[in-house]
Amino acid sequence: MMRRIWGLMYRHLALYRRSMPRLIELMYWPILQMVVWGFITAYLAGEQNNVASAAAGVLLGGVLLWEAALRSQMGFSLSFLEEMWSRNLGHIFVSPLRPRELVLALMALALARTLVAVLPAMVLAWALYGFNILNLGPALVGFFAALVIMGWAVALGVTSLILRFGQGAEALAWSVLFGITPFAAVFYPVSVLPAWLQPVAYALPAAHVFEGMRAALLEGRFDAGHMAAAFALDALWLAFMGWVFLSQLEASRDRGALLNIGE
Amino acid sequence: MTAALQVEALVKRYRPDRQPAVDGLTFTMPRGATWGLLGGNGAGKTTTIAMLLGLLKPSSGRILALGHDMARDRFAALARMNFSSPYIALPHRLTVAENLRVYGHLYGVERLEARIIELAEELNLSDLLARPAGELSAGQKTRVALAKSLINKPDLLLLDEPTASLDPDTADQMRGWLERYRAISGCAILLASHNMAEVERLCGHVLMLRRGVVVDHGAPAELIARYGRDNLEEVFLDIARAPHEVAAP
Repeated sequence: MMRRIWGLMYRHLALYRRSMPRLIELMYWPILQMVVWGFITAYLAGEQNNVASAAAGVLLGGVLLWEAALRSQMGFSLSFLEEMWSRNLGHIFVSPLRPRELVLALMALALARTLVAVLPAMVLAWALYGFNILNLGPALVGFFAALVIMGWAVALGVTSLILRFGQGAEALAWSVLFGITPFAAVFYPVSVLPAWLQPVAYALPAAHVFEGMRAALLEGRFDAGHMAAAFALDALWLAFMGWVFLSQLEASRDRGALLNIGE
Repeated sequence: MTAALQVEALVKRYRPDRQPAVDGLTFTMPRGATWGLLGGNGAGKTTTIAMLLGLLKPSSGRILALGHDMARDRFAALARMNFSSPYIALPHRLTVAENLRVYGHLYGVERLEARIIELAEELNLSDLLARPAGELSAGQKTRVALAKSLINKPDLLLLDEPTASLDPDTADQMRGWLERYRAISGCAILLASHNMAEVERLCGHVLMLRRGVVVDHGAPAELIARYGRDNLEEVFLDIARAPHEVAAP
C-alpha cells in the first residue's frame, strides 16, 4: 500500500525536484497575500498601541492560517487535475492503486505543497512585520491540521464534481474556497455575521479554528471547545466528501467517463 | 490451471434506450495465448478492453481475469495485468526512467532499478532514460509505453492498437518484442488492432466483433479458409460489410 502511494507521490515530486518555477509558483500567492495584508495591518495599526497591534496580529494570523486551507485544497485538486491534463488517469485507474490510496497520495501531496507554500510566508510575517505565528503555541499545530483537513474535504468535493462534469468543473479548483471565505470567520468573529448565517459558519471547521485563534491571540487562552468542534466537523466533512468521491468514481466507471476524462 | 480470461455473457449498455455497445460477449482465453479482438469502429473493442481492465462497469455478465472476479477482486488481478494504448499518454514532463519508476512503484515491482535497466536494454531505451517522455518521437513513445506495460512482468497483457502510428520497421520490432516476451514469460496477450497483417502474425485466435457481438471467431488461417479469402483483411471486410450469424466461441 505504501509503495503504491509513494509511486503517485513520486510522479509529482519528481517534477518539483527539477522545476524551480513550479516551486516558486507554490510560494508566490501566500507570500503576496502576506505582503499585502502585512502593509494593510501596519497601516491600520498606526500608532502601534496595544489594541491595534493585537488586531493586526489577528489579521495576519488569519491570512496565514487561511492559506493553509487554500493551499491544501488546491494542492489536492491540482494534483488530480495534472493527472487529467496529462491524460494519465487511464493508466492510474487500471493500475493496482486503490481509490483510497489515490486519495491518501493526493492528501500527502497536498500537505507537502501546503508546507512549502505557507512556511516561507510565516517566516516573512515574522521578518517584515514582527508577527510570530508560533506565539499561538502548540495550538498552532492543531489549527493548521484542522484547516489542512478541511482543505482535503473540500478538494474531495471538487474532484467529485470534476469526475461528474469533466473539465467544465475545473475552475472550481481555484475558486471554491474563496467562496467560503465570508462564512469562515477568517478576519472577523462569527458574531459579526447575521444570526441566520451563524449556523452556516459554525458548520465549517474553519470558523471554529479562527474563533480559537482569536481567543489565543486576543485573550491568551486555549479554547478546547472550538478545537474539538473543528476536528469533529473535519471528520464529518471528510467522511461525507470521501463517500461522495467514491460514489462519483463508481458512477464514472458505470458511465464510461473514465475512458475519456480529460479529453 | 485457470484461464487467463473467462468472460461470461458480458453486456454494456451506456443508455437504456440505445443498443448495447457489447452484447453477450462470452469467451475463455487460455494462459499463454495471444488473441486478437477485431472489428470496425464502434464494434465494441474499446468498451470490451475497458471492462476487462475494470475501467468500465459491465451492465451485466462476469469477468474472471487470472482467476479473479473483476467485480469483487479487481485489484488482485490488476497487479498481474498491464495495458498499453497509444491513446493514453504517460506524463510528458517526467523522464522515461521516472515514468517507469512511477509505474514500478504502483505495481510493486521488486528490484525496480534493475528491472528498468533490463527493460531499457531489451527495448533499446537505454539512451532515452534521462529524456522527458514528451520530447520523444511517436515510435519512441510507443516503446516506452510498451516498457511501462511490461514493468511488472504481467501474466495478462491488454494492448489497444500496439503499433498504431509506427513506421513498418519499428512496428516489426515491436511485434518481435511481444512474441519474445510471450514465449519467455507465458503471458497471455489480448490485442485490439486494425492491422490485419499484425493480427495474422501474432494471434493464434481471433474474435470478430460487430455491433458488440462476436460474429465469428477462430484461428486466422481457419477464418481465411472458411471465407475462401487470401488474407485476414479480406475476411474482415466480408464480416464488416455483410450480416452474419452469431457464433458461440
